[in-house]
Amino acid sequence: MPLPGESHSAYFYQETVKTIERHTLAVIVDNEPGVLARVIGLFSGRGYNIETLTVSETEHEKHLSRITIVTTGTPAIIQQIKLQLGRLIPVHRIVDLTLAGAILERELALVKVRGKGEPRVEALQLAEAFNARVMDATTESFVFEITGKSDKLDQFISLMVPLGLVEVSRTGVAAIGRGPEGL
Amino acid sequence: MAREMTGAQMVVEALIDQGVEHIFGYPGGAALPIYDEIFQQDKVQHILVRHEQAAGHAAEGYARSTGKVGVVLVTSGPGATNMVTPLTDALMDSVPLVCISAQVPTHLIGTDAFQECDTVGITRPCTKHNFLVKRIEDLAGVLHEAFRIARSGRPGPVVVDVPKDIQFKTGIYENLKGAVRTSYRPRLEGDERAIRHAVALMASAKKPVIYSGGGVVNSGPRACELLRELASLTGFPLTSTLTGLGAYPASGKAWLGMLGMHGTYEANLAMHGCDVMVGIGVRFDDRITGRTDAFSPNSKKIHIDIDASSFNKNIRVDVPILGDVAHVLETMIRIWKEVVPKPDAAAIAPWWKQVNAWRAKKSLRYQKSADVIMPQYAIERLYQLTKERNTYITTEVGQHQMWAAQHYGFEKPNHWMTSGGLGTMGYGFPSAIGVQTAHRDALVVCVAGDASIQMNIQELSTAVQHDLPVKVMILNNQYMGMVRQWQQLLHGNRLSHSYNDAMPDFVKLAEAYGAMGLRAQRPAELDDAIEAMIASTKPVIFDCRVASMANCLPMIPSGKAHNEILLPDDVADEDIGDVIDAEGKQLV
Repeated sequence: MPLPGESHSAYFYQETVKTIERHTLAVIVDNEPGVLARVIGLFSGRGYNIETLTVSETEHEKHLSRITIVTTGTPAIIQQIKLQLGRLIPVHRIVDLTLAGAILERELALVKVRGKGEPRVEALQLAEAFNARVMDATTESFVFEITGKSDKLDQFISLMVPLGLVEVSRTGVAAIGRGPEGL
Repeated sequence: MAREMTGAQMVVEALIDQGVEHIFGYPGGAALPIYDEIFQQDKVQHILVRHEQAAGHAAEGYARSTGKVGVVLVTSGPGATNMVTPLTDALMDSVPLVCISAQVPTHLIGTDAFQECDTVGITRPCTKHNFLVKRIEDLAGVLHEAFRIARSGRPGPVVVDVPKDIQFKTGIYENLKGAVRTSYRPRLEGDERAIRHAVALMASAKKPVIYSGGGVVNSGPRACELLRELASLTGFPLTSTLTGLGAYPASGKAWLGMLGMHGTYEANLAMHGCDVMVGIGVRFDDRITGRTDAFSPNSKKIHIDIDASSFNKNIRVDVPILGDVAHVLETMIRIWKEVVPKPDAAAIAPWWKQVNAWRAKKSLRYQKSADVIMPQYAIERLYQLTKERNTYITTEVGQHQMWAAQHYGFEKPNHWMTSGGLGTMGYGFPSAIGVQTAHRDALVVCVAGDASIQMNIQELSTAVQHDLPVKVMILNNQYMGMVRQWQQLLHGNRLSHSYNDAMPDFVKLAEAYGAMGLRAQRPAELDDAIEAMIASTKPVIFDCRVASMANCLPMIPSGKAHNEILLPDDVADEDIGDVIDAEGKQLV
């Protein structure tokens, strides 16, 4: 039986080897019940990827929220994602920040590490090196707050594993374009 | 004019303000306040169905045959879940529906109350949009916005879920028809530069084809007129999808017949061999394209659609034009007349010669018989005996549907109702009831299969109660014919569960409901039976016994390219199993 990618059947739309791109989308939506479910349902229903997703109201008077989605896919899939999002009634705008030019992407993580003696000291030193702040401490634990690009967070968290990593909570990516212009 | 009234009154008032004359529905506990208001007025007529699914399909038939929004009223819980199929059907085929569903009182939402379900959650992926109204202040605005969303842009179904306590609450109602509540504003005008680019391509084409779809019908009668004008101005051959039939007349000079899996040889080969394709209100779905990497390999593709997500979804196109078909065609025709003041028929004469050579294959040919009624023949006779009347045809799903599409000549838009995208068995009969509700004096025929008709057979009772004389012509071959055809073709002729044993006596069944039953077994009896069916003032079930093993050809097997189409000459009904090799069978 041919693998999906090798098949020529109309049932297998998966394309053969294509470049996978990572895009950060800002989606401005009405802040109303169910809007997040619509967005997430669209991704799961059509088989798109969500790497991270953050949402919060950003303009209270206009009842608008901003959803920041980091997604991956072929260029054609990324294009479909944007067009499909555009079909949702409560969606006002979709901006592909990755195409819009230079952007700032930041994520915040809270990282709990448990340990005594040498590992504990090392965890603290590494935290300083990564500009992570100590938000809570006991004689045998720390909770660090670290902000930065996702790969910096990944690196910090992996360094904490041998030093007694207990728990991680991450926000997902918030992103904004550089320079004076708004969306 | 703002007035104080209850939520239930607002529902009925909004329907009246929207010009709704008929709704289809079924009552239940949570919907009783609305039903009480329905009872106390006579502007909106309610058609009581026997199953909510049928209310949905009836509203679809109503909408497709009138161009208006179809309206459904159902209760909470099972009433709403039974609507999932028609809502999905309407979403796939872009049919404007508003479904008002009752919900348990707001204080019971989330408690697993009796007949509670998460209606907005369940219907979110199968509607264009949906609303749960939790404040009486929002109800009037939401109801009118639901109609606006359903009918504008790419039409689709909208659900408004109204909890029972909101139906009882009092608030201020205002006629907000035309008001805009959400940011939804579909773009109608196409980009003129893109249209100019398209016209330049079309003017230089040597082997053009127009590929027209359901979007033309949805855009309205003006779009269909413009399509006809474009075809006659350009002289291009034209084919249509299943849902687009009737937008261009089957008797027209440019007509190639339907394209796709069961389309004609000339339509599919013209699509395969063209150099410029003009897609209008289409979506390049898999039943049209076949094998995508071999689809029309040498053409520049122009694509007009109101839904931007249709562009490049399945097939990469060269000139996407976002807009309403009628608006875009208006501009396109104006520019065409500038660019090509005098048509040059000679430029595409060799192409027409080729197309006519394909036509000469007569791909819809079938073996005639004096002993058994061939299903294709039954459709041909139905066409000949009904074409002079104002006839609406609906179908169920399967072989009979394809035969109807192939052999009935559709001359006008909005006269053909079929479940294209979702392929819903059980669609045709209730849809015919919806059509007949809108067109009391017209002849409405549901072409059915013996399997499909049994999926909503209970609606006979609806037709009898409301004096809707729909005619159901069952092409009865005792099989789920399309399933059997695929099993023969692809599964070693192992006919797993595709034979309808214990077939009901359809004549007696019709009579049991108070309708008329008819049967024909031989070709010689066919015309009389069709005439008797037409003449009846009652609903009719016509059990038309057809050749049991007939197969629907031509056929492009899934995963094959357009030029690999199977023709009737290639394959007799009995040895269809040998046509596709082992490797091909895996692909489907």
